Amino acid sequence: MTDFSDALLTSVGLIVNLNQDLTEIVLLSLRVSFSALFIATLIAMPVGAAVALYRFPGRTAIVVFMNALMGLPPVVVGLIVYLLLSRTGPFGVFGLLFTPTAMIIAQVLLIMPIIGALTRQVIEDLWAEYEEQLRSLGAGPGRAITALIWDGRYSLLTALLAGFGRASAEVGAVMIVGGNIDHVTRVMTTSIALEVSKGDLVLALALGCVLMAISLGANGGAYGMKALAERSEK
Amino acid sequence: MTVNADSIFPLELTDLRYEAGDKRLINDLSFTLKAGPRTIILGPNGAGKSLLLRLCHGLINPSGGAIRWHGAQARNPSDFQAMVFQRPIMLRRSAQANVDYALALRGVSRAERKHLTQEVLEKTGLTEFAKRPARVMSFGEQQKLALARAWVLKPQVLFLDEPTASLDPGATYAFEEIIAEIHAAGTKIIMTTHNMGQARRLADEVLFIHQGKLLEHSPAADFFTAPKNPLAEAFIRGDLLWGPNQEMQS
Repeated sequence: MTDFSDALLTSVGLIVNLNQDLTEIVLLSLRVSFSALFIATLIAMPVGAAVALYRFPGRTAIVVFMNALMGLPPVVVGLIVYLLLSRTGPFGVFGLLFTPTAMIIAQVLLIMPIIGALTRQVIEDLWAEYEEQLRSLGAGPGRAITALIWDGRYSLLTALLAGFGRASAEVGAVMIVGGNIDHVTRVMTTSIALEVSKGDLVLALALGCVLMAISLGANGGAYGMKALAERSEK
Repeated sequence: MTVNADSIFPLELTDLRYEAGDKRLINDLSFTLKAGPRTIILGPNGAGKSLLLRLCHGLINPSGGAIRWHGAQARNPSDFQAMVFQRPIMLRRSAQANVDYALALRGVSRAERKHLTQEVLEKTGLTEFAKRPARVMSFGEQQKLALARAWVLKPQVLFLDEPTASLDPGATYAFEEIIAEIHAAGTKIIMTTHNMGQARRLADEVLFIHQGKLLEHSPAADFFTAPKNPLAEAFIRGDLLWGPNQEMQS
C-alpha cells in the first residue's frame, strides 16, 4: 500500500512539474487521437447520415454491419493495418509502418464504425420527426443531411466523445502498428502497458491519471456545453 | 375552362385510393379544385382529411388513381406549394433562420432572403422574435412562424392541416387573420378542420369526407344551409357519426 501511495505521489509530482517524457507522450497521444477523430468524423458522419436517410437494397445489411463493427477488436484492426502497411503489403512502399501516421490510420478504422453507427441512429430519429416538414419545404434527403447534422449536433457530440474515448483508450492497434518506439510512437496506453510490465508504476500511474483527466475533462466539457446550449436553444 | 398558364390549378383528383395493409383509407375520391376559393375539408377524426392533404402535397404516393396539377409535365408542382402541419416542426435555429432556410431551399439569393424574411416576420407580427431560438417560442408563436415560413415561399396553394387544433381562441383569431391575408394575396387555401365554427368563418367551398369517401362537395353557403348528404347534415348538427348514423351514408 505504501509502495502504491509513494508511486501515486511521485506520479502527481511528474504531472505538476510537467515532466518532459510525460508531456511528450501525452502530446503525441492527443495528436494521434484527435487526428483520427477528425478524419473519422469527416468520413463516417456523412456516411452514417446518408445510410439513415436513403433507402436502397442492402441497407439493412449495412446497418447491421456498421453496428457489429462498433465492437471491432483493436488488435484485429492493428493486424489488418500492419499487413497493409508492412513492406510486403499493398501500401508498404509508403513506409508508414511504425509511424504516428500508421497509428492514426488504425484509430480511424477503429472509430469510424462507432461514429457512423451512432450518427445513423441520431439522424434517423431526427428524420422521423422532420421528414414531412423538410420534404414539404423542398428538401430531399441529400439537402436535408446538413440541416439534420446541425440540428442533431448535441446528440452527435456524444458520438464524437464515444469515438474519442475509444481512440484514446485503446492499446492493441497502436501497439502493433506503432511499435511503441520511444520518442517516436510511444503514446499513453502503450507506455502504461510497457511501464507496468517493467514494474515501474510511477510513470504508468502518472499517465493513467492524465488519461483519466482527459477523459473526464472531455466528457464533462461536452456535457456542460450540451446542457448550456440546450438550455438556451431547447 | 380557361386556365392561367402560370397556374398549377386546376387540381384534378381521379379515383384516388390509398391503402395501408388491407385497409382502404381513401376510397375512390374524385373532384376538381380551382384556384381562388378557400376549400375547407371537413369530416370527423379518421375521415382521411390529413391523408388527403398529404397525398395532394405529394408527401405520400397514392395506391391508385391520379392527382393531376395543371402543367405538371413542364414543372414540379411541389415548387408552388407549401404546407403547415398540426404540430409545428421548428429547426434548432432562430426564428428568422427558420424562414431563411425555407427560402434557401428554393434557391433564393442571400440578399433577397434577408429582405423577404424581415418582411414576412413583420406581416405575421413576429419581428420581435426574429433572433429568438424557434424552439423556445410558445406553441402559438411557433405555429405562426410555421405559417410565416410557408407564406414567404409565395405558394400558389397553401395546405393547412388543422393548424389551430391546439391554439386558444386568441391565437386562433390571429392565425385566421393571417390566413385571410395570404388568401387575399392570391394563394389558394386548402385546409382541414373539424371545427365547425372555423369552417363557417373561412370556407368558400366545403369537401365533406367520411371514412375516406367524399360525401359532398358544395359551396359553403349551400353546405351549411342545405347539405345534400344526410351524414353531412348530421355532422353540421353536431351528431356523432358512428353507430346507426353510419347507415345514412350515401
